[in-house]
Amino acid sequence: MAISRDEVLHVARLARLALTEDEVDRLTTELGAILEAVGVVAELDLVDVPPTEHPLDVVNVWGEDEPHESLPLDDVFANAPAREGDLFRVPPTV
Amino acid sequence: MAPVVDTLRLTAEDAIGLVQRGDVSAGELHAAYLEAIEERDGELHAYLRTVEEADGASIPIALKDVISTRGVETTAGSRILEGYVPVFDATVAARCRAAGLTLLGKTNTDEFAMGSSTENSAWGPSRNPWDPALVPGGSGGGTAAAVSAGLAPWGLGSDTGGSIKQPSALCGNVGLRPTYGSVSRFGVVAFASSLDQIGPVAKTVRDVALLYSIIAGRDRCDSTTVELPEEVRLPEDERVDGLRIGVPRQLADLDAIEPGVRAAFERSLELAEELGAELGECDLPLSYRYGMPCYYLVAPAEASSNLARYDGVRYGLRTEADTYDGMVERTRDDGFGPEPKRRIMLGTYALSAGYYEAFYGQAQKVRTLLIREHREALEPFDVIATPTSPAVAFPIGDKAADPLAMYACDLLTIPSCLAGLPGLSIPCGLSDGLPVGLQLLGPQFGENTLFRLGHALERALGFDTVPERLR
Repeated sequence: MAISRDEVLHVARLARLALTEDEVDRLTTELGAILEAVGVVAELDLVDVPPTEHPLDVVNVWGEDEPHESLPLDDVFANAPAREGDLFRVPPTV
Repeated sequence: MAPVVDTLRLTAEDAIGLVQRGDVSAGELHAAYLEAIEERDGELHAYLRTVEEADGASIPIALKDVISTRGVETTAGSRILEGYVPVFDATVAARCRAAGLTLLGKTNTDEFAMGSSTENSAWGPSRNPWDPALVPGGSGGGTAAAVSAGLAPWGLGSDTGGSIKQPSALCGNVGLRPTYGSVSRFGVVAFASSLDQIGPVAKTVRDVALLYSIIAGRDRCDSTTVELPEEVRLPEDERVDGLRIGVPRQLADLDAIEPGVRAAFERSLELAEELGAELGECDLPLSYRYGMPCYYLVAPAEASSNLARYDGVRYGLRTEADTYDGMVERTRDDGFGPEPKRRIMLGTYALSAGYYEAFYGQAQKVRTLLIREHREALEPFDVIATPTSPAVAFPIGDKAADPLAMYACDLLTIPSCLAGLPGLSIPCGLSDGLPVGLQLLGPQFGENTLFRLGHALERALGFDTVPERLR
């Protein structure tokens, strides 16, 4: 179950990781080995088995729709790398 | 002159007694632990940071650094959260505070709780109090090392595939991974949400039960939580007459289990029989063949989604760039260490178009089989017993370059995590002078039974939780 270098680059784009060349090389090797190990799940015939949706057999719990206080804005922005007024400042998107 | 408190042997229960009788104040006890940390943590690196002032009227507690603590930096062992100071408490932290517990500090963890040795912490590894050349286990190695070295009477960890139980086994103390849904994860840095649980680590089963009673129960901020169907009972019985223990037949064929671990495990089973338990065999064949592969698809897939939030916008590290996309991608490359990157990549791959059904979809079906297998195995038994870790603590650096060797550490802890079941690890002996953990697994919400058996065994075993070199 090898994974190609191109696939690693494609997955890195999906995962929004700007990997270095060295990282791409290392991950190509490592992910290949890991995928081979986890790939054994393919040997089971599970056509009639439902996927797990929740580890417990529980029914939905409904809560009352009660309004609560939100965090003060200064708290919300307390850890922000960049703030402008009541907005998070980011570089241009285009 | 403050009274001298020797923190090395002090259990949480005894510490509470000291404070309630007025023998020491909460502040003096807190200070005694800080002194012990000052003395011994330079070598062990169990703590990432400590809190100077006692902020409660009871005894101290150590919290793993994935648990948000208002006003106290919380990094999850990652550079991407360096300097992050939560503006609210995790529910478990708030419940500890409400019980009067004083926050002693934040303990080291593998980055985002991903690992079995704490070597993946961006802030350097913790060391095992029994032998500082060895790992304390992980991801919760910091909490486990702190409890064993008398640097905290008890602490909280988080467990996705063994991060509470395995470090407790390797450091020789007691750790509980509770039933999925019994403890709130609100405010805890998420790794794999269908698996993550918070649980206690302490020197005794009674301490673990007591701390579990403080943190467990429904929280409106975590919709997976429920009220416990029965109250937590602090165990007292010396005997366990009639308790039925199943031992998986497949353990005999697992070469990964070291002979010394097997010997200590078998001695503890004999002891359980002497205490009145009835032993029998059960079967978990799929669990040991497919548990690890299933886990390393489900957990990374969920992690890749959970860790998408670290984008340099609202909190945490930001690496500046000319465009938004460049900023996000560079921030994530700079901020995440090798293990989170591996798991994000693995998880993203397993969820991507073309591979979803073969990997993630298939793993979720395997998980259904493992849940069924555990349910059937537990039907004639109250408890299933296995070693916690197939091996004792290993040297720092030994597995660091081989992800699959590291993943194999959790062979025995993973399957029941996938099944949502509670597991208690208690120290059951030594192998080459290093602690061996006994894992007791029960049905959902079967914690009281685990406490009862764990307590009776703990008394009968008489294991000294203080590392030999510190006695």
